[in-house]
Amino acid sequence: MGDILSTYGTDILRAFSVTIRLALVAGVGSLVIGTLVAVMRLSPVRVLRLLGTSYVNIVRNTPLTLLMVFSILGLTYILGLSLDQADVTQNALRWSAVMLSVYHGAFVCEALRAGVNTVPVGQAEASRSIGLTFAQSMREVILPQAFRGAVAPLGSNFIALIKNTTVTAVIVSAEAGGLMQKIIENETGTLSVFLVFAVGFVILTLPLGVFFTSLSRRLAVKR
Amino acid sequence: MSTSALFDAPGPRARRRHAVLAVLGVLVVIAVGYVVVRKMQDASQLHGAMWKPFVTDRSVWRDYLLLGLWGTLKAAVISITLAVAFGLLFGIGRLSRNRAVRWLSSLVVEFFRSVPVLIMMIASYGYYSRSGLFSSETAPLAGVVTGLTLYNGSVIAELVRSGVFSLPKGQAEAGLSVGLTQAQTLRSVQLPQAITAMLPALIGQFVVILKDSALGYSITYAELLIWSKTLGSAFANTLPAYIVAAALFILLNFTLTVLAGKVEKRLSARGRTTIHEAAPVPTPA
Repeated sequence: MGDILSTYGTDILRAFSVTIRLALVAGVGSLVIGTLVAVMRLSPVRVLRLLGTSYVNIVRNTPLTLLMVFSILGLTYILGLSLDQADVTQNALRWSAVMLSVYHGAFVCEALRAGVNTVPVGQAEASRSIGLTFAQSMREVILPQAFRGAVAPLGSNFIALIKNTTVTAVIVSAEAGGLMQKIIENETGTLSVFLVFAVGFVILTLPLGVFFTSLSRRLAVKR
Repeated sequence: MSTSALFDAPGPRARRRHAVLAVLGVLVVIAVGYVVVRKMQDASQLHGAMWKPFVTDRSVWRDYLLLGLWGTLKAAVISITLAVAFGLLFGIGRLSRNRAVRWLSSLVVEFFRSVPVLIMMIASYGYYSRSGLFSSETAPLAGVVTGLTLYNGSVIAELVRSGVFSLPKGQAEAGLSVGLTQAQTLRSVQLPQAITAMLPALIGQFVVILKDSALGYSITYAELLIWSKTLGSAFANTLPAYIVAAALFILLNFTLTVLAGKVEKRLSARGRTTIHEAAPVPTPA
């Protein structure tokens, strides 16, 4: 384990920093997409509800690996949709951020809907009875509480997102998963390489899990 | 909260507004669809020749897609079996009265839950192909199964634990009071009920396993995604091949999801409580 760290130490740090940046960008992206789809699925307009439901069902049942491979072999090479004309690695990284956002957006939507379910029906009825419109009652009454109720599932969704950044390895080897694949091909000690990367992910995800759990307890609306 | 409480029955103005929104939504979808079709046309992916093989050429299914489906299902079924065994073993371990067993089981479960599946697949595949533990043909399958089993087994262990905890305390007390030992109570009173309660979540986890088997792509395991790639180059129809593969994946997983919903409905109709997820939202690849 020692010689792996001394040979690849800086590479490993660089790869994990790419992992973290990917997770942050895709985290924001999936939050935006997920909120939008959740509002669509809760809206009074049937067509929008239907569109939101189809999005969730289609995306949730497609393997992330397929989305990643599709974005490069299908979208970039065949359709010519490049996100960075000059740099192949950048293009792959940007597409993987997009695909992670699209994929996890579906799960964010479901987490938020579960959060809405924690708000008592009476509150929605009360906000309607004082004359708030759907948009107003969403904005002022339902969503703020829904977000607080959804902290725990949103947190585990973000942790899953961090782990899923490794799937980027199937299209480019800039983040932790890809680097590990490279090192394992070059070195003999598989187990020690695995331990280095596994511990890296444990360090990234375990404290976050504890943090989100305590946050969800603190923010939970007492009823 | 039932979502119907969020809005009133629409009046004439609201109905007009909803119609406008609906039309807007449809327009956006049509616009996106138009761009996609145009792009695909420009790349000449919409030629009939690209799609015709799927209905006319038997070898598309016989030599590629069915082989891929078989690979995917084989990996999934083996992993599901092993993951359930792993989950039961360590789930019960976490409920043990022996502190060392409990501690060790928690360590194993927490560790394998925080490491990405792909990392475990790549590492175990590297290990198997180097140590000669498996022949070079079976090493990719073994790698896929190892990764899926360790990760999903840990999630199932958590399910077992939360399933037992969700039972009323009286169940265990009753078992003990009629003279069963702790282990007997767990085996013949608590676990059967816990497994019923966790059934919907368990099926949800099977969807995750089936979907994650596509990660085998990165260690050259011959599953549906790899076969659709080969199909795409053999028939020069990469995009259609991926789209058909995606449709197959969605169909398989959606069927399982619907099954989970049905099971849950039946259980709740019988007045049984169900637990939804071990980790609130199971979301790996």
